[in-house]
Amino acid sequence: MDQKGVSLMEPILQGKKLVKRYGRVTALDHCDFELYPGEILAVIGDNGAGKSTLIKAVSGAVIPDEGEVRLEGKQVHFSSPLDAREHGIETVYQQLAMSPALSIADNMFMGRELRKPGFMGKYFFQLDRKEMERIAREKLNDLGLMTIQNINQAVETLSGGQRQGVAVARAAAFGSKVIILDEPTAALGVKESRKVLELIQDVRSRGIPIVLISHNMPHVFEVADRIHIHRLGKRLCVIKPQDHTMNDAVALMTGAKEPDFESAA
Amino acid sequence: MSETSPKPNDYESAATGASATVAEFEHHGGFLTRIQHTLHQNPALVPLIVLVLSVILFAVLIGSNFFSPFALTLILQQVAIVGITAAAQSLVILTAGIDLSVGAIMVFSSVIMGQFTFRYGLPAEISIIIGLAAGTLMGFINGVLVSVMRLPPFIVTLGTWQIFLAANYLYSANETIRAQDIAEQAAALQFFGNSFKIGGAVFTYGVVLMLVLVAVLAYALKQTAWGRHVYAVGDDAEAAELSGVQTKKVLISVYALSGLICALAGWVLIGRIGSVSPTSGQLANIEAITAVVIGGISLFGGRGSIVGSLFGALIVGVFSLGLRMAGTDPQWTYLLIGLLIIGAVAVDQWIRKVSV
Ligand SMILES: Nc1ncnc2c1ncn2[C@@H]1O[C@H](COP(=O)(O)OP(=O)(O)OP(=O)(O)O)[C@@H](O)[C@H]1O
Ligand SMILES: [Mg+2]
Repeated sequence: MDQKGVSLMEPILQGKKLVKRYGRVTALDHCDFELYPGEILAVIGDNGAGKSTLIKAVSGAVIPDEGEVRLEGKQVHFSSPLDAREHGIETVYQQLAMSPALSIADNMFMGRELRKPGFMGKYFFQLDRKEMERIAREKLNDLGLMTIQNINQAVETLSGGQRQGVAVARAAAFGSKVIILDEPTAALGVKESRKVLELIQDVRSRGIPIVLISHNMPHVFEVADRIHIHRLGKRLCVIKPQDHTMNDAVALMTGAKEPDFESAA
Repeated sequence: MSETSPKPNDYESAATGASATVAEFEHHGGFLTRIQHTLHQNPALVPLIVLVLSVILFAVLIGSNFFSPFALTLILQQVAIVGITAAAQSLVILTAGIDLSVGAIMVFSSVIMGQFTFRYGLPAEISIIIGLAAGTLMGFINGVLVSVMRLPPFIVTLGTWQIFLAANYLYSANETIRAQDIAEQAAALQFFGNSFKIGGAVFTYGVVLMLVLVAVLAYALKQTAWGRHVYAVGDDAEAAELSGVQTKKVLISVYALSGLICALAGWVLIGRIGSVSPTSGQLANIEAITAVVIGGISLFGGRGSIVGSLFGALIVGVFSLGLRMAGTDPQWTYLLIGLLIIGAVAVDQWIRKVSV
């Protein structure tokens, strides 16, 4: 990534002065956010800093009280996650958003089911299970999630890490403009985390920018082009991993250190 | 990935030599575990087994009087209305809701069909369409209150139950339309009371409607996107919304469809009792919920199959007729049905453990 070019480019996804209040809690306090084409942007911050609320606000899961969201420079008003998804933004939410009693294939195609070609699909709305299962299996294999034997297994019979793998595979398979991952490796084992990091870089090399929320500093510093540091409901600053140490990042994030002039938001 | 990934941390490299074979879970031999698993996959199996066993039981106890095409199809006729309202109730319960107004919608719709024909002199066919539309509208109102206003389904339908029932009495002025008048002037209202015979077996059109309806709904739930969404909403509505299901639309469609099916049940009801009476179908609510629960649909939503509800309705029908033919006090029927309900919920809990 050529970081010098960034400031000349228009952000692909942008939040301006976003505000979201839950009763007396201000989860987002006039927060700005920019994601540039082709980059991996990490978002870090303490628990409760408002990271998840931020990505929900730009992905249609939460409607901000104030501020605006722009996609490719144009203001958008997402009314639901489906709405954002139809604009090419695919999100893995922290709580994963899976239906436990339904199968892996059902979950991967939730809200974008494929219908059988021909008469049965057209007039009787019949699902093309074979095709959905084939694609789901293929996507999971891409992610090295071979431990899943049966694509028709109910999601509730998967381990926490396997569920996370399925959620990430789903987003990677369908995201066309932006992919947002809220702590995608939190429940994953060492090998599986590595797979997800590889997948993230893979997706970026396809030209799709990624927002990665994570508490794992080595992972963040390994893959991120820029790091958005979130504190008390807003962006404190954006740093580049090559200019700062992990200790700097943690100190900024926790408030032990104030950002210097040039990187301040 | 073409670029070399910048030095993965050391502890990770230890995993590079790891075996690529997949984690296989041993099926340590539990026969019970396997049963549990099978039932988890096929939720209609338990009620089917209970149904078959109870038919065998009464066949042995009572003999050929019970185990005859005539008696067995009589059971079908007697459960037709319960079976249809249970299908409506199943849809709602699959979304983790409940519809206490099914009986009220059924009766009110049948009264509308009758009164529009006899009070306003409309052709029976038009009145029937109006009655079906009215049932759908009542269900739609439930759906809007549940999904848009976000009120709990139990409370909403407890309220609309009273409202629809009261409206039913007020509108009909407690007046019954006699069977003879209907047969003479508006036979279409009694359409589902017609029957045909195959050998000793007697099938009313109402029974056929019930079977076709259950088949169509089973297909829609299993084979269409809408069906998958119904289950997803019942399973975890928030997750469904986040993964791209339009949960409000799904809920409204389910309650409205439930209303339409109840109105159909109202039409069948006219065929069954011959007359149009605002006081009929008093037990429809509780009977529908009983059938659904015995049929293995989880009251927590998202689990079960609509075919199970049909089996549930049939089980109740088999016990009712069987015990009556055996000459026992009818209270035994209620006692046994009570036991079946508790048993069904216990089995449901046990099956759910498969996932924990
Ligand atoms: N649905 C909600 N209702 C009420 N308060 C909420 C809700 N969602 C978030 N909050 C509050 O908003 C604040 C920010 O929460 P958020 O989940 O965005 O934090 P986060 O940075 O993602 O934390 P974590 O690292 O623990 O995931 C918290 O104080 C939280 O209590
Ligand atoms: Mg969070």
